[in-house]
Amino acid sequence: MSDSAPRIGVVSFPGSNDDRDAAWALRALGAEPVPVWHADPALPELAAVVLPGGFSYGDYLRCGAIARFSPIMRAVGSFAEAGGLVLGICNGFQILTEAGLLPGVLRPNASLSFVCRDVRVRIERNDLPFTTRAAVGDELTIPVKHGEGCWFADDALLAELDGNHQIVLRYAAGENPNGAVADVAGVCNEAGNVLGLMPHPEHAVDPLLGSADGAVLLSSLVDAARLSAASLV
Amino acid sequence: MLVRPKHGILDPQGEAVESSLRQLGFAVAEARVGRLVDVEIDGDDPSAVREQLERMCEQLLANPLIESYEIELPAG
Repeated sequence: MSDSAPRIGVVSFPGSNDDRDAAWALRALGAEPVPVWHADPALPELAAVVLPGGFSYGDYLRCGAIARFSPIMRAVGSFAEAGGLVLGICNGFQILTEAGLLPGVLRPNASLSFVCRDVRVRIERNDLPFTTRAAVGDELTIPVKHGEGCWFADDALLAELDGNHQIVLRYAAGENPNGAVADVAGVCNEAGNVLGLMPHPEHAVDPLLGSADGAVLLSSLVDAARLSAASLV
Repeated sequence: MLVRPKHGILDPQGEAVESSLRQLGFAVAEARVGRLVDVEIDGDDPSAVREQLERMCEQLLANPLIESYEIELPAG
């Protein structure tokens, strides 16, 4: 691994099941994935953190509601507050909303069915560390696989997020797989250093997997992580 | 503590239950599904206990964006 491979943490919670795929994808895209355990009280030196998909704590109570009490989440919160890059995928997105690091909440799919298929998502802004390799309006094909991905915000919150340009990804017309309000597939915090999304970019980094569009997002993150790691030296 | 989806919030579980009840022949207008959390907690002062239960709901048991809650203390 070259010196320029930025260290990106991948947190494993009890019930995470995409942590290895996330690590594999990050390595394939030039990062050095660093396994992080949910019970660790602190993060090692990292340029970014990924909260992967899965079913942390069996999705008890509400998805992500228990995982946010994991010791590592306090460290992730401080990391995010200090401007650190945090990406939450699927269950990771759910955890970030429950932890109050991202707005809204993920609810059971309107269909009540688990959905597992490719969806097209539209890039709404490309000035974020997660989207620099995309253009606004680009449509990426990335798989979703979730039972509770119906993002919800009330009208007031949605208007606020629209005003702040915090809606980063929307399902393309006719593609909304879960009933999410305003077709929202991914949102960021106000500062733009924390992003959560329901689609799984780590499952779409090689044409053999059906699409390599996920690499657009993850490579953007790796680029940004490399820059932020360089600035720390 | 009784936690349930706020009115106006899509409740797919409630809709599924509602349609099943109709299939059984019950003329229900609407069903909503929430959750009941029983806790045992020691305390002599009901208002202090209630205040603790409220904080439990606010901080963990209910998500205020989508859920409302009610608290019931045993009589006596």
